[in-house]
Amino acid sequence: MKLPIYMDNHATTPVDPRVFKAMTPYFTDTFGNAASRNHSFGWVAEDAVEKARKQVAELIGATAKEIVFTSGATESDNLALKGVAEMYAEKGNHIITAATEHKAILDTCKRLEKEGYKVTYLPVETNGLVDLDKLRAAMTDKTILVSIMYANNEIGVLQPVAEISKIAKERGALFHTDATQAIGKVPVDVIKDGIDLASISAHKMYGPKGVGALYVRRRNPRVQLTAQMDGGGHERGMRSGTLNVPGIVGLGEACAIAKAEMSEEIKRMSYLRDKLKARLMSSLDEVYINGTMEHRLPNNLNISFAYVEGESLLMGINEIAVSSGSACTSATLEPSYVLKALGAGDDLAHSSIRFGLGRFNTEEEVDYVAAKVIDVVQKLRELSPLYEMHKEGIDLTKVQWTAH
Amino acid sequence: MAYSDKVLDHYNNPRNVGSFDKKDPNVGTGMVGAPECGDVMKLQVKVNPATGIIEDAKFKTFGCGSAIASSSLATEWLRGKTVDEALAIKNTDIVNELSLPPVKIHCSVLAEDAIKAAIDDYKKKSENVGVESKAHA
Repeated sequence: MKLPIYMDNHATTPVDPRVFKAMTPYFTDTFGNAASRNHSFGWVAEDAVEKARKQVAELIGATAKEIVFTSGATESDNLALKGVAEMYAEKGNHIITAATEHKAILDTCKRLEKEGYKVTYLPVETNGLVDLDKLRAAMTDKTILVSIMYANNEIGVLQPVAEISKIAKERGALFHTDATQAIGKVPVDVIKDGIDLASISAHKMYGPKGVGALYVRRRNPRVQLTAQMDGGGHERGMRSGTLNVPGIVGLGEACAIAKAEMSEEIKRMSYLRDKLKARLMSSLDEVYINGTMEHRLPNNLNISFAYVEGESLLMGINEIAVSSGSACTSATLEPSYVLKALGAGDDLAHSSIRFGLGRFNTEEEVDYVAAKVIDVVQKLRELSPLYEMHKEGIDLTKVQWTAH
Repeated sequence: MAYSDKVLDHYNNPRNVGSFDKKDPNVGTGMVGAPECGDVMKLQVKVNPATGIIEDAKFKTFGCGSAIASSSLATEWLRGKTVDEALAIKNTDIVNELSLPPVKIHCSVLAEDAIKAAIDDYKKKSENVGVESKAHA
């Protein structure tokens, strides 16, 4: 076993060597521009792009023409929200999303609000899921788009997208899902799930960074978008810009591998994640899982070790790469807004660790991580005045703290 | 973010971790911060009432590595100082000693607050003891 151990696969994943191998010729040998229609360099590149387009489509039950390549999920989210808002502005000006969405959705919505659109940010329940009745109640005749993520990037919970899309459709609204964390990890089917638009990222599924896609439904209904990038009219006019051929080939290969290996990988990820969870929970008291375990990515574990601050825990397990919802680890010095939205209290957000297992993690690594985390949590609790007070039976919620 | 060697040293080998009996009249206890802010420091001093010298100091901290290091360092500095000398410790002294980056300055502020709160608590207690003993006399 090699240190450090990477267990932060919701942030990014390593490129699968098979993906890397498929990409390499497109940098140096077959480097053509897929838009060059009059020579073989262009044709070879175009063939590669079309093959990848088919591979991406097949993973999610779509057709190749419904895949628009982008620079990644942030761009896909921007294109979906801004493109729909602009195209359907005459129909309505209301968008519904959720408080726990990725910033690529939330900040795009804020931008649209500045431009005059109305946005409803649905709260989530303590389990991290959207309440369907609250969604129904929020729908109006002016609602043009509902955008709810498939799987959350922090707590891994899977939203009931099939039910959500049904509710959107009943009122004539489109349904977009940021499926960045879900595609390639769990079965996503745009037909069964009733998805009209879906954001896809390569680097979360063992493909390269800097490439992604937007699924745009072409039938029942045919979704139209106003392009957000002006230029040569690539990607059926929806996204101008020379195609990132090696990146697209990598995304395609990553999708093909995910499709072929998903059922086995789900079993392996669940086994490792459940083992990690069982080890931590049997050895430590006052440990809380954030978000429902019932509807969750098989590779995610988000757990709060009460009375221990997240950054200090990361410091103690410095040979293990994971992330925390603690304020001290965020650029804004605010604790995770996703965990806050669960209503568990900021203190549990400060104490949270996100484990993101991946294709290349081994059982030996999981055992090492569990042992190390248990050891460091115990040490830090010896240092924690809160743990001491808890052990003395003091109710910490009733203490008069000196806020600063 | 990279931590300074001194922060790492205090984090890995925290000095004077523990608790004194809060009810001991010679012990002053300061508890500052709040769990929802992500840091709580408990700092205690044990003062020799005859000399006014802090003979021992202990801490427990819930917080990031810099908060742990700041309070650990504070206990080291407190031992052997008089109560008044202790009050002269400034957060900037801690920042300089531990090479804390700007985002971690609040950890040093919290440590200074904890020192002041502990000394304050001790002073209040000793005044009360004085009042009581006069009342008994």
